[in-house]
Amino acid sequence: MITRREFVVLACATASCAAPGALHATPAAVDEAIRAITGGTPARRGRVKLDAPALIENGNSVVLGVSVESPMTQADHVKAIHVFAPMNPLPNMVSVYLGPRSGRAQFSTRVRVADTQTLVALAQMSDGSFWSDQVSVVVTIAACLEELK
Amino acid sequence: MQNDDATNPAMLWVLDGEALWGRRTGAADKACADCHQGMQGVAARYPALHSEKLVNLDQRINLCRTEQQKAPALQLESRELLALSAYIGRQSRGLPIDIAESEQAKPFLDSGRAAFNRRQGQLNLSCTQCHVGLAGNKLAGNPIPQAHPTGYPIYRLEWQGLGSLQRRLRNCMIGVRAEPYAYGSPEFVELEYYLMWRARGMKLETPAVRP
Amino acid sequence: MARAIIQVPARAKRGDILELRALIGHVMETGFRRTESGALVPRDIIRQLVCTYNGIEVFRADFHPAIAANPLISFTTVATESGKMEFRWTGDNDFSATESAPITVE
Repeated sequence: MITRREFVVLACATASCAAPGALHATPAAVDEAIRAITGGTPARRGRVKLDAPALIENGNSVVLGVSVESPMTQADHVKAIHVFAPMNPLPNMVSVYLGPRSGRAQFSTRVRVADTQTLVALAQMSDGSFWSDQVSVVVTIAACLEELK
Repeated sequence: MQNDDATNPAMLWVLDGEALWGRRTGAADKACADCHQGMQGVAARYPALHSEKLVNLDQRINLCRTEQQKAPALQLESRELLALSAYIGRQSRGLPIDIAESEQAKPFLDSGRAAFNRRQGQLNLSCTQCHVGLAGNKLAGNPIPQAHPTGYPIYRLEWQGLGSLQRRLRNCMIGVRAEPYAYGSPEFVELEYYLMWRARGMKLETPAVRP
Repeated sequence: MARAIIQVPARAKRGDILELRALIGHVMETGFRRTESGALVPRDIIRQLVCTYNGIEVFRADFHPAIAANPLISFTTVATESGKMEFRWTGDNDFSATESAPITVE
């Protein structure tokens, strides 16, 4: 016979065993993911525009776009754009690689946003500099969710 | 997202449906396209009576499969069946929902209406209480709609895929802690019939995208 | 093979900036979800999309589980010459899909 208290302890223990580490990334994990790209070069705010809705009613499919001010010439262009989510299970969301043939430094896609958080976009320029932008989003929880079979 | 075919993810199913439409199958080795030309307006008229029985579009497709193509019925809610009904439904996009009223169909309509108004589940709620009485308000941040099934099958962001009206109705029933009807059951088809009748005149948007 | 829808303008002037879109059917299973019985659903995602223009890579995207099911991505490229625009997706479980469209540049 398991008492209520034992059950609670057991349930908590099981829950923490089942979870493969933390259920979400952390701002520190994002910093680490950014450092892996920048090699420690500080990213400056500006030139990058991260577009995401401030209020997200369903985190399963959120339109997200990034554009960067750049002439996109051989001499001066954006090489890559990365997007990070500190409260998603993994910090990296998407990375795109561009060049002078892109014409414009922009892309858009649909992403999953697990929770209320501040999304970060990082642009890597051909001159070696890094620029970033961030956007705070609020995720409300959908009602009457279906369970997986 | 919904009106742009290049970004509406449900178009992936419509293209699958188009391919299935032209593919021969069953002992009769017939394709849908061998008998049917365009299906414009068809989806706007379902559920409808088929030899005294009320059937929805998915069930009608399966009748064609078993009776004409001599092929096994497709599982309800399967990718193939959703693809076919999305492909057929897409051809009625923009047309008004046109549910015929008849003496013969009246008992089904009454039964569907009764189900819509009946309190059920542990929360003891009827469809009407939320979708008429509280329509336009919010439930956990999401707008409560008036329950007009104008775009099925829909791509629902929550499902991350395509689903039928019955799947959506199951969600609501689970939401009020009621035991959902089985897929394809008469109760579901009658409720579907009543909802489509209630939305008559509204334009079909199939395949719609909803949160 | 997976169903994909790509949008590439059929004709363009040399130097035009073209908007390209690529939509593909894929569950993008994150590897973090569990079933009712608690079993982990294994990860199954598209990892990469590469767009080539007459064989030369003009765009590449690395996808992570944060990309929504049935991934859509839109981006731009400069019209340089007539030829073929090809999209190639690769991912877990040896997933691979290719879709291409011709383009005429005047």
